[in-house]
Amino acid sequence: MDLQTFWFCLIVVVWAMYFLLEGFDFGVGMLLPFVPRSDAERSTTLRTIGPVWDANEVWLVVAGGATFAAFPAWYATMFSGFYLALLLILFFLIVRVVSFEWRSKSESPRWRAVWTWANTVGSLGAPLLWGVGLSCLVYGTPINSDGDFTGNLLDLFSPYTVFAGIAVVALFAFHGATFLTLRTVGELHARAEQAARRLAIPAVVMGAVYVAWTVAVAIDRNDKDLFPPVLPAALAIVALALAVLFTLRGRSGRAFAMTGLGIVAAVVTLFTSLYPRVMVSSTGFGNSLTVDSASSSHYALAVMSVVALISVPVVLLYQGWTYYVFRHRVGDAPETVG
Amino acid sequence: MVDAMGALAVTTVDLARIQFATTSLYHFLFVPLTLGLAPLVAVMQTLWYRGGDEAWLRLTRFFGTLMLINFAIGVATGLVQEFQFGMNWSIYSQFVGDVFGAPLAIEGLAAFMLESTFLGLWIFGWDRLSRRVHLATVWLFAIGSWASAFFIISANSWMQRPVGSTVTDVRAELTDVWELFSNRFAIWAYIHVLLVGLTTAAVVIFGVSCWHLVRGRNQELFRHAAKLALIVGLPISAVNLGVGSQMGVVVTDYQPMKIASTEAQWDTCQPCSFSLFQIGGFTVDDQTPSFSIQIPHLLSILATLSWDGEVKGMNELQASEAATYGPGDYIPPTRTTYWSMRIMAYAGTLVFLVFALGALLYRRGSLASRRWFLWLGVLTIPLPYAAALAGWVLSEVGRQPWIVWGLLKTADANSPSVSTATIATSLGVFVALYAALLVVDFVLMRRYARVDPPELGGEGDEFALPAVEY
Repeated sequence: MDLQTFWFCLIVVVWAMYFLLEGFDFGVGMLLPFVPRSDAERSTTLRTIGPVWDANEVWLVVAGGATFAAFPAWYATMFSGFYLALLLILFFLIVRVVSFEWRSKSESPRWRAVWTWANTVGSLGAPLLWGVGLSCLVYGTPINSDGDFTGNLLDLFSPYTVFAGIAVVALFAFHGATFLTLRTVGELHARAEQAARRLAIPAVVMGAVYVAWTVAVAIDRNDKDLFPPVLPAALAIVALALAVLFTLRGRSGRAFAMTGLGIVAAVVTLFTSLYPRVMVSSTGFGNSLTVDSASSSHYALAVMSVVALISVPVVLLYQGWTYYVFRHRVGDAPETVG
Repeated sequence: MVDAMGALAVTTVDLARIQFATTSLYHFLFVPLTLGLAPLVAVMQTLWYRGGDEAWLRLTRFFGTLMLINFAIGVATGLVQEFQFGMNWSIYSQFVGDVFGAPLAIEGLAAFMLESTFLGLWIFGWDRLSRRVHLATVWLFAIGSWASAFFIISANSWMQRPVGSTVTDVRAELTDVWELFSNRFAIWAYIHVLLVGLTTAAVVIFGVSCWHLVRGRNQELFRHAAKLALIVGLPISAVNLGVGSQMGVVVTDYQPMKIASTEAQWDTCQPCSFSLFQIGGFTVDDQTPSFSIQIPHLLSILATLSWDGEVKGMNELQASEAATYGPGDYIPPTRTTYWSMRIMAYAGTLVFLVFALGALLYRRGSLASRRWFLWLGVLTIPLPYAAALAGWVLSEVGRQPWIVWGLLKTADANSPSVSTATIATSLGVFVALYAALLVVDFVLMRRYARVDPPELGGEGDEFALPAVEY
């Protein structure tokens, strides 16, 4: 495997980690006004993701940095082209970050309601737009022969990409509900379980349609064959179907593993459908950016590969340890070991 | 007439620059305090761990709360910084990605990840981890934040002095990563930024302690904190004056135009006097100040470390740069560089003097009873911020017209696909959002700096940090 392909795979891993991890904390944020009924329960709900959401978000920082370093032309065209969408994403993420910190700083119910909703809007808006934006990579956007984006914000929205955004939101809500089921006790736990049951079928149907549609788009617009994208797509569908099954049977641990696997497989489906291109041009297929045309030099990629091969396992180890440390269920107070 | 219209029209590049300046300076309002408070809070917790003095535990939690409120905005605004290169400066991004991208990516993966993960462990791990492991988490957070700063400064220093790379027809390519990370410019800039961070944290701890002392509250506790701030702040702020001065020598070697502009030095001089204050003399058409206060030989000493050193003037440098790079204006906005350097240097010196006086009073045992001095301590809090922001203005404005010194001009580096209206929109969004955040953040910091540190063993969870009662 050449270094360009290796880095493409690494970027897939980073996006998969981001969606897998921030996916459930976005989901918990979306459920914040609905599943917990009292202010105390809302605080408990936030405590389930409190120790980890910030580190989860760093995967996005890594995705941006890795794309910049390994595929400068991809980073430049995508970030300047998807400008207003990214501006909105930043807005949602900033509002959400501060909502975590500031919600508890006043007893006033109004203040708390404002920051509860800020968290929810941010948790819903950011993944919606990531779904739209990343799907545009394979669906295609106007890119000229200089590799510059020539469209506007509306070019990002098509039935497929909008559906992708909504499907991502639905999957994250379900993923978040199963996570909440795992980390809570008592009445809150019962309501989280109920939310997971209600979300399971619609989320999974949308997820399945999304991966199938992605493979179809890849064949239609990106000159791909059914194979290999169909493999991760099939895996995603199987995993999500199992997630429904486990949820309905009350096996929340296994359900969470399957929503996670389903989300990872969906990310892999998207990028397998994209490779060897990184951004498809809708105005002239030959203008599409590819891993070769967009990448950094061999030396830069080699240096970065050494760093990545050392750092990524270390990061996974200590992040994994964090999840082990905070494996206990969060009760009202004091915390209950479960 | 056409020229006048051209001069008035705000271009896409202007707006992109205003946005970058606004968001970067705003981001850097939060960075130094995190850089400095992280190790100092770790020291407080270590003192408690080793000596068992509960005062240090209470102080750890008190200043830990301020650190968290501050860190949250640093994270949110840092993401904007990373995205902005691609959004507003796509030609720059394509040109430099091979070199500049590497430290950014390494920062995320190796440093920021460490910082964020262990901060989460520290906040929520008080009753989940043994005391020893919990102490390790705060130190790892501090190490992560310092490593993070190193990679960012390396990236910025490459823009100031591009090393370890070569330029092909279309872009810069990395040729030697060790050269990139051992850039002499980067080493000095990094030391300078770390010391700025420690100074800022020491000033904030000292100022907050003074406020509590003047109110006569928690005397014993905040005398502890004030002492720590003095022990750290006095030597660090002194050394940093020297390091900042050495930074000037480094800049003279690699960016002579920046130094000439900073000193409003139009003609080459030898020996050169340092202008403390001047009126006029900041533009090509007005090269002689109508009033100035000068110290003979001081500029020669500061810029070249010799009594009679030569400093090249802007007129001569303009001619030689035009000969090398082609016609154009190579003189940075001189009024801005001149005053930003002086705000930085004067504010930094004042901080040192406050610490020196504080140490003197502390030794005499009269610190807590001199109300005027305690108020002075409180009023010192804005100074390190002013110095740090002015320092970045100097560094970045002084690099103009270049975005990467000698390789790419700022005017040629923005995104061709992004319209003026789009950038104007995003600038409006950021200014409004950031202003709102600043107000709320200031109110929160103020409130949590003024509360009485809770007694230990109070109601509920003994180790709950107030900042994280979600």
